[in-house]
Amino acid sequence: MEQVFDLATIPLRELNQALHDCLPDASKSVWRIINPKGEHAVACGVDTPADIEIRGHVGYYCAGMNKQAHVIIHGNAGTGVAENMMSGTVRVKGNASQSAGATGHGGLLVIEGNVAARCGISLKGLNIVVCGSVGHMSGFMAQKGTLIVCGDAGYALGDSIYEADIFLKGKVDELGADCMEKNMTEEHLTFLATLLETAEVTDDPASFRRYGSARSLYNFEIDDADAHT
Amino acid sequence: MTTENPGLVESNLFNRDVIHEIQRAAREGIYGIRGWGSKRYLPHFDDLVFLGASMSRYPLEGYRERCDTDVVIGDRYATKPLHLKIPITIAGMSFGALSAQAKEALGRGATAAGTSTTTGDGGMTPEERESSTLLVYQVLPSRYGMNPDDLRKADAIEVVLGQGAKPGGGGLLLGMKMNERVADMRDLPAAIDQRSACRHPDWTGPDDLEIKIRELRELTDWEKPVYIKIGASRTYYDTALAVKAGADVIVLDGMQGGTGATQTVFIEHVGIPTLPALRQAVEALTELDMHRKVQLIVSGGIRSGADVAKALAMGADAVSIGTAALIALGDNSPEFDEEYRKLGSRAGYYDDYQAGSDPAGISTQDAVLASRLDPVVGGRRLANYLRTITMETQIIARACGKSHVLNLEPEDLCALSVEAAAMAGVPLAGTSWIPGKSES
Ligand SMILES: Cc1cc2nc3c(=O)[nH]c(=O)nc-3n(C[C@H](O)[C@H](O)[C@H](O)COP(=O)(O)O)c2cc1C
Repeated sequence: MEQVFDLATIPLRELNQALHDCLPDASKSVWRIINPKGEHAVACGVDTPADIEIRGHVGYYCAGMNKQAHVIIHGNAGTGVAENMMSGTVRVKGNASQSAGATGHGGLLVIEGNVAARCGISLKGLNIVVCGSVGHMSGFMAQKGTLIVCGDAGYALGDSIYEADIFLKGKVDELGADCMEKNMTEEHLTFLATLLETAEVTDDPASFRRYGSARSLYNFEIDDADAHT
Repeated sequence: MTTENPGLVESNLFNRDVIHEIQRAAREGIYGIRGWGSKRYLPHFDDLVFLGASMSRYPLEGYRERCDTDVVIGDRYATKPLHLKIPITIAGMSFGALSAQAKEALGRGATAAGTSTTTGDGGMTPEERESSTLLVYQVLPSRYGMNPDDLRKADAIEVVLGQGAKPGGGGLLLGMKMNERVADMRDLPAAIDQRSACRHPDWTGPDDLEIKIRELRELTDWEKPVYIKIGASRTYYDTALAVKAGADVIVLDGMQGGTGATQTVFIEHVGIPTLPALRQAVEALTELDMHRKVQLIVSGGIRSGADVAKALAMGADAVSIGTAALIALGDNSPEFDEEYRKLGSRAGYYDDYQAGSDPAGISTQDAVLASRLDPVVGGRRLANYLRTITMETQIIARACGKSHVLNLEPEDLCALSVEAAAMAGVPLAGTSWIPGKSES
C-alpha cells in the first residue's frame, strides 16, 4: 500500500524516521512525498527496498547515503543529491545543483536535466548518467565508478581522477590535471550500452568519448615535478 | 653560537639543521614529509603555572577529598551524548597511518580508562569498533570508507575541517603504506601516493555546513553528538561559525598537533599554537553564551596532567591526545633504538610515520612489523598513562581547591612570559598585567 507524506503538514523528521523504521530485509514499501518545497535531507539514510516518489523540488542531500531504495524526484534537486549513495537508484527528472552523487559508492543516479559543478566528485563506485550537461570540476578526484554525460562538460573535467571512467558525448571546456582521453574498447562500449539502457537513455554509445586517469600523479617522480607544482 | 671548538661560530640563520635541509632538498628534489607535530619552540602550557590555594583559597586533601573528572560531551542537540569518565579523549588517527593493531590498542586503552577514541581518514575498522566502547566517527573531505552503516554504529560524528598540523591541507598516505587492505577500504589502487582532499565534496562555507550537519543528524535520527574539528588559525571566527553551523562539540587542534604525514614546511609554518587558539575559542563561546553548552575539546601538544589541567582552566571541557597516546603504546621506545638508528633516527627522535617502516609496529602496514604490537599490552599501557595524567590533573585541581577538574578557571593561572600572558589571556606572574587586555 502506498503511504503518502505531505511535507506541508508533516515534519521531515517524522518522514525520515518512518523510512528508517523500515528494516533492510523488509518487504517492499511504496511512498509518495508531496510538497517537499525545497526541504533538505528528504529521504536520506534509507536502507530498505522501497519505491519513493517525490513530487516537487528538493533541497540539499535528498536521498543521501541511499541503500536499496528507488527514489524518483519529480522536480529539481539541490546540492549533493544522492551524496555517498551505496545502492539502489535515484532519478532526478529536472536539474540538479552541485556535487550531485558526490562520493557515491554504488547504485545508479540518473539526472534527466543539467547538473552544476562537481558532479560525481570523489566518486567511489556509483554510476551516474546525466542527460544534459555538467558544470566545472565534475569527476574531480573520482576514484571508481562511472560518470556518463550526454551533453557538454565544464572546465577541469576529471581533475586528479583515479580509476573512474568518464564518458562524454558533447564537448569539454578543458580537461583537468592528469585527465586524458582514453581509447574506447568493445568492452567499454558494451558496458556503456548496458548502463544507458538501464538508465533508459537512448543516446548511441558509439557517440561518446572516454576519459580517465593519465596516472602521472600516482607516485611522485622527481623528473615529473612540474606536474605537481 | 660557538661550538666546543672555539673560533668556529655557527650561524644562527644558517645553522646545521638549515644547511642539512638545503643539502637534502638539492639532492632529493622534493620537500620533506614527516609525521609528529611541530618541533620548534612555541609558547605553550609550560609557560603557565597554577597559583595554588593559600590564605584566600582552600585546598582539598590530596588523597582523600573527592575531585571528580567526568564530563558529558555533546548534549546541545544529541539525544545520546557521551559520558566520559575522564576529560581526555583519543584523537582521530587513521587506519592507514596506523596499523590495525595500533587502532585496536587505542580502543582498548580508551575503553579501560572510560573515554572515547576516534576513527580517522580511512574509515572504521571492525577491530577498533569492537575494542572501543565509545567511538567517534570522522567525516573527512576524502570520505574514504564512509558509509551509513558505520555512521549508525558510531557513538558520535566528527566533521573534520582541518588539523592543527596542517590547517588548509588534506591527508597524505605514501605508497609504502597503501597495502591491499588500506587501499581497498579507501577505494583506491594499492601502492599509490594517496593525497586526500582538503575541501569537503558536498558543502562550501558555514551556511552549507549547517545543512550538512542537519543531514547527518537526520541520517542518525538525532541521536549522536556532532563535533566539528578545526585546525587552529582564525579560531575566534571558526568557533563562532561552528556554533552557528549547529555543532554539539568543537574540537580545536593547535599547530603543535601531531600528524601521520605532512610536509615539514606546513607543520612548522601554518596555523597558530594551542595556547592562543584555546583562548580565542573560549572567548567566542563565552560571547555567544555557549561556553559549557557547546563543549570544547582541545588538542595539540597535550603530554601530562599539567597540560590537561591548564587547558581545562583556560576553559576547555576536555582534551584530546594523539602523539602522547602513540608514545604510550610504545612509539619511540628505547627498546627499538638500534633499529631506529639503522633508519637514520634514534629512540626519542623518530618521526618518520609516513615511511611505514616503524620498528615499534605502530605507524606501519607491514604485517611483520605490525605484529610487534600486542593490542592488549599496548591498550594496558595507554590506560595506565591515561589514569596517570588524570591523577596529575586531580592533584592540581585539589591544590587549587576544586572538587571537579572542570572547576579550574583562568583565575588559577598566571604566565611566565609576556608572550604566554598575551596569548593565554592570563596575568604575567607577579603582576596583574594581561598584555592586550589590561593597562598595568
Ligand atoms: C599518526 C597520526 C595520524 C593522524 N590522523 C588523523 C586523521 O586521520 N584525522 C584527523 O582529523 N587527525 C589526524 N591526526 C591528528 C590528531 O587527530 C590530533 O589532532 C593530533 O594528534 C593532536 O595533537 P598531539 O599529537 O600533539 O596530541 C593524526 C595524528 C597522528 C599523530
